[in-house]
This record gives sequence, C-alpha cells and structure tokens, in this order.
Amino acid sequence: METKEMICIGCPLGCPLNVTINEMNEAGIEVSGNTCPNGHTYAVNEVLHPERIITSTVPVTGSSDVRVAVKTAHSVPKGKIFECMDEIHRASVKAPVHIGDVVIKNIAGTGVDIIATSDAL
Amino acid sequence: MERHDIVIIGGGPAGLAAAIAARKEGIKDILILERDRKLGGILNQCIHNGFGLHTFKEELTGPEYAGRFIEEAKKEDIPYRLSTMVIEITPDREITYVNREEGLVTIKAGAVILAMGCRERPRGALNIPGMRPAGVYTAGTAQRLTNIEGKCVGREVVILGSGDIGLIMARRMTLEGAKVKAVAELMPYSGGLKRNIVQCLDDYGIPLKLSHTVVDIEGKERVTGVTIAEVGPDRKPIPGTEEHFECDTLLLSCGLIPENELSRSAGIEMNAVTSGPCVNDRLETSLMGVYACGNVLHVHDLVDYVSEEAALAGRNAAKFVMEEAQANQTASGDEIKIIARDGVRYTVPQILSPSQMNDKVVVRFRVADVYKNKAVCVYYGNERVQRIKKKVLAPGEMEQVIIMKKTLEGVNPDSITVCLEEQ
Repeated sequence: METKEMICIGCPLGCPLNVTINEMNEAGIEVSGNTCPNGHTYAVNEVLHPERIITSTVPVTGSSDVRVAVKTAHSVPKGKIFECMDEIHRASVKAPVHIGDVVIKNIAGTGVDIIATSDAL
Repeated sequence: MERHDIVIIGGGPAGLAAAIAARKEGIKDILILERDRKLGGILNQCIHNGFGLHTFKEELTGPEYAGRFIEEAKKEDIPYRLSTMVIEITPDREITYVNREEGLVTIKAGAVILAMGCRERPRGALNIPGMRPAGVYTAGTAQRLTNIEGKCVGREVVILGSGDIGLIMARRMTLEGAKVKAVAELMPYSGGLKRNIVQCLDDYGIPLKLSHTVVDIEGKERVTGVTIAEVGPDRKPIPGTEEHFECDTLLLSCGLIPENELSRSAGIEMNAVTSGPCVNDRLETSLMGVYACGNVLHVHDLVDYVSEEAALAGRNAAKFVMEEAQANQTASGDEIKIIARDGVRYTVPQILSPSQMNDKVVVRFRVADVYKNKAVCVYYGNERVQRIKKKVLAPGEMEQVIIMKKTLEGVNPDSITVCLEEQ
C-alpha cells in the first residue's frame, strides 16, 4: 500500500488530494480531499496513466496573423508530450482557419487530433 | 459632438462582457474602443487551457474563451473601433481617442465603463541590480512574442516571480525547447495558482525556489547569467547563499498593476491597495456614471470572475443611462463603508448603498499572507453576521463573501467589516 498527496489540476480550486493505492486498478485506489467527482477521476488517472492537454501554436500563411493557437482535442499521455511537440513544430497551416479546425490528425499515434483554438482569416 | 449611451474603454474579456450585458438590458447605442487590432485583449496570447470552467463548464484556452464573447458581441451587433487608443476621459464623460482613420476625436458618453485591464511590473519597478543587457523580459511580453509573433525568446531561462504568467511561460518555453533552470520567488509562498505549480513546474522538473531573489544580472549585449540568493524574513538577500545560473534570458513575473492613467487623469478616487478605482456595490467609481470592471479595478486570478463582474458593471451602466433618460437621477446618500482589516488587504467594492444595492452583492478580497484554519468574518458595525471557516487562505487566490440586501434591512450599520479571525 502506498499513499500519495496530490493537487488536483482539474480547476483553479486546486483541491489537495490524499490518494491511497492498494492495487494498481481503479477499484484499488482511494481518494479523499476532492470536492467534486473530477478530483476522483483525476487522481485515479494520475496514478494509472497520467494525461495532459497540450497547447501550442503553428505558423499560418495567407493571414494578417502569423501564428494560430492549437491544442490537443483531448488529453494525451504525459510521456508523449515531447513527441507531440515534435510534430507540432513541423506543422503549418493556410488561412482561413477557424476555431475547432483539425490541424494534425492522430498526433504521435495517440488517436487524438490537434485542433485550432484561434481564428486566422 | 458624437454621442453614445455607453462607451466601453477596452475590448478584452471585461469590456466584451460589460457590452453584452448592457445590450441585454436594452441599451442599443454602445461603443467599444480597443487599442489592439483585434478584440479579446490579453486572452489572445493566453493559449493555455483552464479558462471557462466556471462560466461554460468546460475547459477552454484563452482565445477560445475570448472567441465565445466576441461571437456574442458580433451577434448582438455591438459596434467597436479597433486600433483606437483613448487618451483622455473628462469628469463630464467626454472621451478623446486617436486612430489612423479618424485622427483625434472627442465623443460624449451617457455612461463610461472602464475595462482597460492591467500591465506587468517591469524591471525598473523591481530595482534588480546588475547589467542592462538584452534578454530581460516580463513574462507577458515573452508570452506575446512566443504565442502571437512566433519568435524564440530564449534558450536557457531563469524566471523571477511565481505569478501565474511566469509559471505558464516556464512550461511554454520548455515545450518550445528551452531549458528553464529555476523559478525564484521572493515570498515564502507562490504567487500563482497551485494547479499551475503542478502542471507547469512539477511536470517538467523545474525547481521552485521560495524565499529567493535575483541579486545580479550579467552580460554586456545579451544576458549571460544571473545570480540568485536566499532572502531572510526581512526579504533581504542572505550573504553566502548566492547561486549562479548560466542563462540567456530572465523572465519577470512579479505582479500586475491595473492600468489607470485615464482614471487618474479624470480625477477618479483611487484605492492605494488595489491600484484601481474605489467603487460602490454597483461598481460605480467616484465619478457618477463611470463604472470599472476587470483587471483595471483589481487584478483577478480567473477570467470567469472578470466576466461576472463586468456583466454587473454593464447592467448597472445600462440602468444609469435609462434612469438618466427619465431624469430622476439622484445621488444616494446612504453609503456604508466596507472596511478590510486583520489579514484582509482590500475589498471590492469598498462602498455599499443599501437603498440601491442588488439583492445579492459579491464582495471580493485578497488576504495579506498564507493563513491556515482561519475564519472569514463579516461584521455589521460591531455585530458579527457571518463566520466562514477556511482551511487555507493565500494572497494568490481571490476570496469572496456575499452580502444579502435583506440582512441589512433595519440594521443600518455605520460600517461593514471583512476580517480574519481564529477558528
């Protein structure tokens, strides 16, 4: 049995969580200190397979803007962050780009798309 | 002279939310003046996620959050002028601005909403000793260069100050391939949100050095290194604790200051603690018909609260315009001062008018230090009316209490006090 202290990153409240790991599966992990169900989900994921949303920018041509902001449409495994960044660094787009447009499909084999988070018209 | 019912200075999150709220109250003639070439304000460069959890119940990036409000403002057909810089506001609500198309223009406003935001505390205000080479940036400048202009700001970085922008930039620069060697924070606690320490520093193994400051900057043309040292309880460097870091960049994330040159020159009464205007529960400043909201009023941690506050300013400005049209505008005589003390640094608003207040008024405040197991107390005169237990309170996280109009009925206290007490 292992106990861990974590800060939930689900929202700006940043609840301090106490996590007891009896077994490395969802049923084997006890969470206290969370003030909403997201805290429980976060702690379990953080123990079993930590994930993060990545945000960055890519160059855009044909627009008054030079960069378009992008993000992973869902969270990706923490261990894949730099692999994703390598692909993001090689990408570029042509205007017009709208919020929500897919910029890179299936980044670094994660099954998650990179989507635009700003407009470039 | 051109006249508009409501003129809003600033088209960032505060200005947009105020405009939309005023329009929903039925004000047709609104004008937003924005000095950048786009609406959205600082959110455009805040490409990280974590915005909107409170407002939209989903996690958005800055440009996405701004996009929702811009879309709504456009749907409501609210006029705005871009690349337009306001240079003066007078006490009788005349506004002078400049832009390339019209030159210098003065317009008249029925009500004014101040939504100019804030700016960063620069090196010159921090008195950091050392050389003056290139490579010393405020964190927000580095954020703009990186995210909007796509420039590489630096490769080896030290950050002074643990404000949220500094933490966000520590991660951002790491993802862009830079090596962030340390974040030094003068205070014994972080100035940023806990979640940002976790996801921006801990995730990437960046050390946070509390009670440390920069004591020397080296380099002739470009920064070549900085020296940081531990500070004592007096916040002065302790000799012998110096540690040298080779780096080409120093980012400063040492606080934000509301941008109130316009408010001051208009003669608006200012609050020394917030560096923003003093306001009553309607967010009206000492000038009748001039309202303030967002970071120009006091620096917020969460844009969600900015939107909420700005919408309140927008509704009240709308009410002012409509009441003025009916010519029954009266100054309220029943003002109660809200006093902040014993660990509460300030409150916004600072004044409450029971006769004109909404049924529910949110009083936001910050505490002076990190406190554990305290109670936030509200007094009407000498009588305690609220006592809310808090496990942890920190200066980096804004708090609030709610004052209900019905609780003030028949009480008529000479003052309201918000303070901390032992549990």
